[in-house]
Amino acid sequence: MSVSRRIEEKLIAALAPAGLEVVDQSDQHAGHAGARPEGESHFAVIIVAEAFRGRNRVDRQRLVNAALRDELAGPVHALSIKALTPEEAEATA
Amino acid sequence: MSENPAFDTIQGEIDQNDVVLFMKGTPVFPQCGFSAAVVQVLTHMGVKFKGVDVLADEAVRQGIKEFSNWPTIPQLYVKGEFVGGCDIVREMFEAGELQETLKDKGIETVAA
Repeated sequence: MSVSRRIEEKLIAALAPAGLEVVDQSDQHAGHAGARPEGESHFAVIIVAEAFRGRNRVDRQRLVNAALRDELAGPVHALSIKALTPEEAEATA
Repeated sequence: MSENPAFDTIQGEIDQNDVVLFMKGTPVFPQCGFSAAVVQVLTHMGVKFKGVDVLADEAVRQGIKEFSNWPTIPQLYVKGEFVGGCDIVREMFEAGELQETLKDKGIETVAA
């Protein structure tokens, strides 16, 4: 299974997101430290979930990071996270 | 006191400097785009900060992740408090919250 697919599945299982987008940005970092020749090392996640309600930015990212602990310890070198509640997502849409 | 000797080094940096950025490379020569982005924000705001190059000390590089319960670098501390990584610093800056946080904590910035 691809790393992006695994990220998606783990986030869906952990946070039941109302919206989720996982973008593989590895090609923007090719050849740079931490980039793997096979790609799939740099990701951006936009996630919308009820679980973020009442939590500050640090706590929200910790929820995402915890769900992806294995990936961050392994193939994922960089992960950019945007974590929103449904209302916040609507306001920025 | 702590089981991890790197924690003492990390705590020391945080105690001795109002604004500390644990980063890859130095403020002048960042070795990673995310670290560079935070340096750019702080520099733009005219904030005086201490850069700690985690690439220079493997124990600190691994230790800071556990210390902060945060798996990635860069990591920004202000007056002993963990603020966040690159995404958070950028978001806070864009929302004007970083300026407010620094002001509340008595850190000087260039008047915007």
